Amino acid sequence: MAAAAIYSLFIINKSGGLIYYKEYGSAGRMDTNDSLRVASLWHSMHAISQQLSPTVGCSGIELLEADAFDLHCFQSLTGTKFFVVCEPGTLHMDALLKVIYELYTDYVLKNPFYEMEMPIRCELFDLNLSQAVQKDRVALLGR
Amino acid sequence: MIGVGKMKQYSNVLDKPLNKGKQEVSLSAFAFLFSELVQYNQTQVDNIAELERRLEDAGYAVGARVLELLCHREKGNRKETRLLGILSFVHSTVWKVLFGKVADSLEKGTEHEDEYMISEKELLVNRFISIPKDMGTFNCGAFVAGIVRGVLDSAGFPAVVTAHFVPMEGQQRPRTTILIKFAEEVLRREARLGG
Repeated sequence: MAAAAIYSLFIINKSGGLIYYKEYGSAGRMDTNDSLRVASLWHSMHAISQQLSPTVGCSGIELLEADAFDLHCFQSLTGTKFFVVCEPGTLHMDALLKVIYELYTDYVLKNPFYEMEMPIRCELFDLNLSQAVQKDRVALLGR
Repeated sequence: MIGVGKMKQYSNVLDKPLNKGKQEVSLSAFAFLFSELVQYNQTQVDNIAELERRLEDAGYAVGARVLELLCHREKGNRKETRLLGILSFVHSTVWKVLFGKVADSLEKGTEHEDEYMISEKELLVNRFISIPKDMGTFNCGAFVAGIVRGVLDSAGFPAVVTAHFVPMEGQQRPRTTILIKFAEEVLRREARLGG
């Protein structure tokens, strides 16, 4: 199995705007408009699910399982959402999302040239993110 | 009486050894503080050269204090008077106290007699900082350059100190070089003192 387990990564700010989007591999490729649409759609769905959920204090959808993909979502305390679209049944995505969140707090939030809630353009974040995803992929192939 | 006589009593407060203090601070706390320092200064200026100068000035004040403190704490109130002495003091003692390690390298400039370079593969202040493309060659290491200038200037070695990114072969990230250009009077004095 040489195909990438992760299809794409999205980061959306607390008002539902897409601030980071990255594709891995060729599966599920999207143009800019589509990715923006997915981001705001997910933001709304997440908010609605929180309201509709029968459990008290529900924090929104964490995993969406479809035929062709899985969508894992992690929401930080400040409302920034990180989600990855990956191959169905891929494991340990929540751990990867935590790692990505950590990279975000380090290389984006501690960067004086980053404006809050704006698209992320930080070289160090890109660099460390691709390393983390690469590492995850290697670990996956080893399993 | 229990407990009495355990601690050595100093009649004069100046005889007490200087407390070494806590040696480590949180890197995150520092990174956020430094980030705010840069952001604040960015609101006060209208060009990059000015921002660089302001960061350097902020560092200068740190350097002047660090020299005073370290001469007292590490060197028994003695101060380096020779060029190479003060350079290795910056490269090892100052760097170790500020960044927890000695600097990666200290070299003499090949083209000019009065130039020295301290290089660092990854400068602590730049650990989390990505410079946007539109800011060109700006380097937040200007703050560290300011510290070096503060130390040298206060020790009687006036110099112009600047920070530069230098691309490295086979490395994704450029390293930061602190370029020190001493004033003429310093070299003349060195020549007079002889080897």
